[in-house]
Amino acid sequence: MKLDVNGQVHEVEADATTPLLYVLRDDLKLNAAKFGCGLGQCGACVVMVDGEAIYSCITPISVLENRKIKTLEGLGTAGKPGPMQRAFIDAQAAQCGYCIPGMMMRAQALLEKNPGATEADIRGALQPHLCRCGTHSRILHAVARAGELMRGKS
Amino acid sequence: MNRRQFLQTGGALIVSFSIPARAQKLPGALAHTPQLDSWIRIGADGSITVFTGKAELGQGVKTAILQIASEQLAVDMQAIKLVTADTALTPNEGYTAGSNSMKDSGTAILNAAAQAREILLAEASRRLGAPVTAQNGAAVTADGRRIAYAQLVEGKTLSARAAPESKLITARRVMGKSIPRVDIPAKVTGGVAYVHDLRLPGMVHARVVRPPSPGAQLKSVNTDAVARMAGVQKIVRDGHFLAVVAGREWEAVQALRALRAACTWSEQARLPKEIYATLASLPTQDTVIAGKDAAQLSGRVVQAAYRRPYQLHGAIGPACAVARYDNDGLTIWSHAQGMFPLRGAVSELMGLPAEKVHCIHMEGAGCYGHNGADDVAGDAALIARAMPGKPVRVQWMREDEHAWEPYGPAMLTEARATLDGSGNVSGWQYEVSSNTHSTRPGKAGDLIAGRYVEKPFPPSPPRPLPQPEGGGDRNAIPLYRFPSRVTHRFIPEMPLRVSALRGLGAYMNIFSIESFMDELALAAKADPVEFRLRQLDDPRAKDVIKLVAEKFGWGSYKKQNGNGRGFAFARYKNLAAYCAIAMDVAVERDTGDVRVQRVVAAIDSGEAINPDGIKNQIEGGIIQSISWTTFESAMWNDTRMTSRDWSSYPILRFSHVPESVDVHVIDRPGEHFLGTGEASQGPTAGALANAIAHATGVRIRDLPFNRKRVKEMLAA
Repeated sequence: MKLDVNGQVHEVEADATTPLLYVLRDDLKLNAAKFGCGLGQCGACVVMVDGEAIYSCITPISVLENRKIKTLEGLGTAGKPGPMQRAFIDAQAAQCGYCIPGMMMRAQALLEKNPGATEADIRGALQPHLCRCGTHSRILHAVARAGELMRGKS
Repeated sequence: MNRRQFLQTGGALIVSFSIPARAQKLPGALAHTPQLDSWIRIGADGSITVFTGKAELGQGVKTAILQIASEQLAVDMQAIKLVTADTALTPNEGYTAGSNSMKDSGTAILNAAAQAREILLAEASRRLGAPVTAQNGAAVTADGRRIAYAQLVEGKTLSARAAPESKLITARRVMGKSIPRVDIPAKVTGGVAYVHDLRLPGMVHARVVRPPSPGAQLKSVNTDAVARMAGVQKIVRDGHFLAVVAGREWEAVQALRALRAACTWSEQARLPKEIYATLASLPTQDTVIAGKDAAQLSGRVVQAAYRRPYQLHGAIGPACAVARYDNDGLTIWSHAQGMFPLRGAVSELMGLPAEKVHCIHMEGAGCYGHNGADDVAGDAALIARAMPGKPVRVQWMREDEHAWEPYGPAMLTEARATLDGSGNVSGWQYEVSSNTHSTRPGKAGDLIAGRYVEKPFPPSPPRPLPQPEGGGDRNAIPLYRFPSRVTHRFIPEMPLRVSALRGLGAYMNIFSIESFMDELALAAKADPVEFRLRQLDDPRAKDVIKLVAEKFGWGSYKKQNGNGRGFAFARYKNLAAYCAIAMDVAVERDTGDVRVQRVVAAIDSGEAINPDGIKNQIEGGIIQSISWTTFESAMWNDTRMTSRDWSSYPILRFSHVPESVDVHVIDRPGEHFLGTGEASQGPTAGALANAIAHATGVRIRDLPFNRKRVKEMLAA
């Protein structure tokens, strides 16, 4: 079946019941989405589908044809980071970093819908996400900063 | 590639020089690995490579080590390649643990880099006939003549012991600066950042069918249906160890589920009903670790007992390893904390000589101690042997991680003290009862797989870790001035599998001591901060306490209904970083919900190589400890662990993240590096307990302070 990931359409030969996470990681060789729990409890696997944050570990590809999937790789590169990535680098908002891509995609979905999201909005949006290193304060700071960058503030 | 081959490539030459051997101890890990060329190599092509036996765990050690090497070699950070823990290439620095990386490896590389630079400069000066200084990878004379480092090592094979003293560059170009972490860009853009992301040609995926409970035995398994499933390449069984290999990862997960359903296990009910009663009933080996001759307490005795449950490391990414077995031997890519000890355990497990096993560290999700990382590497090794020539990637499932990682041990402490007429502590007795805090490999029997194979290996006998660092008794001796008698009651028998969780016994002992200090301050009608200061001698301890009190506004705190302030202090291991913490906490009486609102911390890590890196570690340690202290306790029934996911083992979410966490770093240039990564967990727990007591008037001595317990305590 065909999957539109980061603006590119891929022909994927995987069983239709396969969760998106495994197709992203194993077929498309994309690293950002991570396996954390396989249960939709931690958020490490979150990506965007048609602008909404979804758990890729429990979403079968059968429901994703003709929909726009966006992963962290679609937000920029190490050489040319997008505003969300820039903000996380500036805030040094990572320790081990394993949970961070999922957080960033949730935050991206929030800010695309609500560019003026407040700290309370950001906390609420990130509530489904777990971080074990305790980087939360920096993550909140980075997402607020990403909002500023996306609104054109330098 | 082994180290010798690596060094031979590209005409590499090694910086070395000879200095008369002196009896003096060499600094940091140079004491164990004294050859300069073990740490630094300069190639004829100009490449500079630094080797550390420590591993990046997300604590930022790569960046800090590069900063040190860059400063002392006088070259840009970008010009240096850093190789981390690898049994073929780097020094053997044991485990990356105990907040020791900067003290051991950082100190070694600081001195090795300085000494290498001085040798290069001496050689340049000899050739140029003039004094030279080091500038950007070259030796330069006052009149502008220069020789690149690469040319200085040309044509020589140099190799020598480090000297005890180094001529350190004291000007600060990169050391002491908050240089952005080198590993973060890849992590926030989807680069290859973890062993989980390693994809080797022809790689297959495997999953292990862990028993339903510890010690369960595989009675029978019908593999026929699973063997016919899509993509399944192999079912591997060795005694009670069972795994399945498939071409694609999702196929492996589906096959795992089917294989689990096809197994019959024999389980024995053996998990303790009431853990604290069980621990108290087990035989102990008692050691008085301080105050052997201390007098008995006399007069009015204040006493309290504290309890800590089993707690999980709880990595967000379940353990993962990749292994390849072929005629040359076994190669393992692993996120375990010790590549050399892992090699020892795996070579025993496989019956291979150590030189046939190559362990290479790659990052994983944060581990916070000994979790499933070593075990999954053992799993991968066994499975790879059944798939010769093919790289095998094994990742644990969430329930594997929760149910099978070795937990932070449950612990019991008891404190008794007396006060004198001026309200100071006149006598102190303290006992801590605990299992070991390290069952790390070393041996095949320390790996889960080693216990379940057909010919199982015995686990290493449980052992207490010696003072001064200690295990269960880490930080059990108060740093305060008063006379104290401290007993470590080591419990060899382990009702549940346990090992090192960040801070080891320090978390519980500092929680207990700092809670008890507040209980005594209350009895002495003293301010908790003043009570601590007047019983401390160490000026650096006093400095962090005073700084936190000032920045928090301790003296001007206005108590509001439902809120309270709490304070705590410790010097980690009594020999590493100093950390003081104050916090403002709200307690909701109706629900028992505890929310930390504002935290102020001060940290003295000696010379601060990367102040923002230190802040990040302390902020993270505080929030992680708030999670442990407020939410966390492992659960089980008579046979099985029932904490198997994040709903049955809840941890902190964003709703309970403080509004602010302010960390103040006291930099002491020229002072020794003091381990920092585990400095804040204990003080956080103590400050939180003290704040709840201040907010509610109720002292809670049982961890964690979850809603149920707090509500019950407030109602009592």
